Amino acid sequence: MRFVFKTTYGQDLGLFRDAVQRNWYVALLLGLILLPRLVPAYLNDISLVFIYGLCGLSLMVLAGYTGLVSLGHAAFLGVGAYAHVYFTQTLGLPWIVSVALAAVLTAAAGVLVGLPALRMTGVYLTIATLAFALIIQEVFARWEPVTGGLKGRAVDKPVVFGFKMGSDVAFYFLCLVFLAGGIWLTANLLRSPTGRAWVAIRDSEIAAQSMGVNLAVYKTMAFAYSAALMGLGGALFAHRIGFLAPDIFSVLLSIQFLLMVVVGGLGSLHGALFGAVFVALLPVAISQARDTVPAGLGQIAAVFGKGAGDATFVAADRFVKQPGLEPGIFGLILVLFILFEPLGIYGRWLKIRIFFSTFPLYKHATFRRQKTYMRSERLR
Amino acid sequence: MGTPWRVDAGLTPRYNLRTSKGRGVLDTVLQLVLNGLAVGCIYGLVALGFVLIYKATELVNFAQGDFMMLGAFTTYMFVVWYGVGYWAAFALAVAIVGLFGAALDSTILRRVLGQPQFAVVMLTIGLGAIFRSFASITWGSEIYTLPTPFSAKATRVGGVTVSHEYVSIIVGTVVLCAVLFVFFRRTRVGVAMQAASQNQLAAYYMGIPVKRMFSLIWAISAGVAAIAGVLLAPVSLIDINLGFIGLKAFAAAVLGGFGSIPGALVGGITIGLIELLSGAYLPHGFKDVAAYVVLLLVLAIRPQGMFGTVGRKKV
Repeated sequence: MRFVFKTTYGQDLGLFRDAVQRNWYVALLLGLILLPRLVPAYLNDISLVFIYGLCGLSLMVLAGYTGLVSLGHAAFLGVGAYAHVYFTQTLGLPWIVSVALAAVLTAAAGVLVGLPALRMTGVYLTIATLAFALIIQEVFARWEPVTGGLKGRAVDKPVVFGFKMGSDVAFYFLCLVFLAGGIWLTANLLRSPTGRAWVAIRDSEIAAQSMGVNLAVYKTMAFAYSAALMGLGGALFAHRIGFLAPDIFSVLLSIQFLLMVVVGGLGSLHGALFGAVFVALLPVAISQARDTVPAGLGQIAAVFGKGAGDATFVAADRFVKQPGLEPGIFGLILVLFILFEPLGIYGRWLKIRIFFSTFPLYKHATFRRQKTYMRSERLR
Repeated sequence: MGTPWRVDAGLTPRYNLRTSKGRGVLDTVLQLVLNGLAVGCIYGLVALGFVLIYKATELVNFAQGDFMMLGAFTTYMFVVWYGVGYWAAFALAVAIVGLFGAALDSTILRRVLGQPQFAVVMLTIGLGAIFRSFASITWGSEIYTLPTPFSAKATRVGGVTVSHEYVSIIVGTVVLCAVLFVFFRRTRVGVAMQAASQNQLAAYYMGIPVKRMFSLIWAISAGVAAIAGVLLAPVSLIDINLGFIGLKAFAAAVLGGFGSIPGALVGGITIGLIELLSGAYLPHGFKDVAAYVVLLLVLAIRPQGMFGTVGRKKV
């Protein structure tokens, strides 16, 4: 195990623990810059990973760091997307101005939700955000001059500073720039007094209040910042899907975002990004598995004779072609994660890392979670 | 995936009240109130299930609406596939879904007690997705109608058309509430359940098997949801997205104040009435969101809902 010997306060506040960690992140960035040369096939999917990464950061700030669980983040994504499309295509504003305006507008929407949400806690807040999202979805469907209503609205390719970003590679880099910027901004914010106030609110509202944290201000800020990130994500998302319709921004999308932060690991920026990779690439993996798994199973069963192999293939093929299977797989993964790995992918990664760095001395109890009951001490 | 974006379209009444000419205003309003009451009873029953579970185990069950869907599908299966009589199928479905709820508690949900509320919410959302997937694989993703003794029958009382489906919902709700009231107040098990939900540890020391009580509460609230599903079946249609009505029921439970049983019913009926009245008298599009607008307004004024109690956590 390697200890970092700290000699200045600056080391405590720094973005990276030490030079080694920084170099790893630089290497990762270089790898992502070189990626389009190495794997040109899946760029579109990876762009979606980046956009979902922004969304994951957004919800991680709110749910993972401030402890406010929102079931309405798809609405913020929608506000960002529709605002961006309206500004660029109807008003003809420059792309970058439009994106900034979309983010500001979404932040304003975030404040609008945040203000009544200040006095609510737990499930009340979750339901209030859900109600907000459903209302906004109805607005998308009814406000036809701006949103195109139920017929939907086509989105042009982005034109940034006069460059037409029509190709997958250009869009990949656009998303990468936004995601890197978002991560940098969020990481900086989280190590500032604002971020620490958020974490304090998450851990105990009363304790934070007694330490002089103004709950109203910081909760509203968390909502506004989270919504602004979602707005940026929405602007990119609009270009990625190319066509906006109200049914995209449904509760199911909000649930997917929550799935992202839970599966990734609540309370870590790494978790948001792991979750984004997971949620954006799982449908790709499922559709790949649809094509290959029945044949594979059939070949295995063919050991017992050709008839068995064919029958297995047909049965497996019929099973995987069921339309309702995919949400079920998402649900199953969510359930398994919460039951067996509540700290998410990032938690698992931490455990593996600590296991190896402290090799013979790893203690299971390091990650044991303390259970808290609201009304009585424990369940017997 | 083919999810309707307006997930609760199933509760629209079959006749458009705005075009029904030649009727007094009072008759129309009465008609709306009657239908709203019936729809509200369904919301109330599902909300009741939420509240029962929440009061006892501090878990928020987002899969409540999907229990309702399972109940409706199970009844449909028995009636249409196997030719069982309606009432027998009803009882079988409620029993099966109730047992399923108890099994779910003892195998999965008990393990997450004491974990952050958010984790539990996500867990039940995941379970709901699994149930929907299961239903779509088992019963198919088509839309079904359940033939019942009440289907498409109506009595005219004055200017008001009283359809038997709606009456069956209201009567069913009243009977169920009376039974539950007597159960929780008068029977040994019911009182034990109340004790377990007030203080688990104290109840345990008094010799109450707390875990079994919790399973029983899950069984009851899953059963109540199944009853709601079967009562709703003739009014709405059965499909795998029936469970999304749970979202509105959630609004009802929160409106009433989470953790208050009368609050859940009052909240449900309020939402049902608002929905039908706004559908008739407000511009198009308000019907689906009016309930949520009211919910947000109520929460902005009283964050703990209408009947909720303010509880601050001890530090």
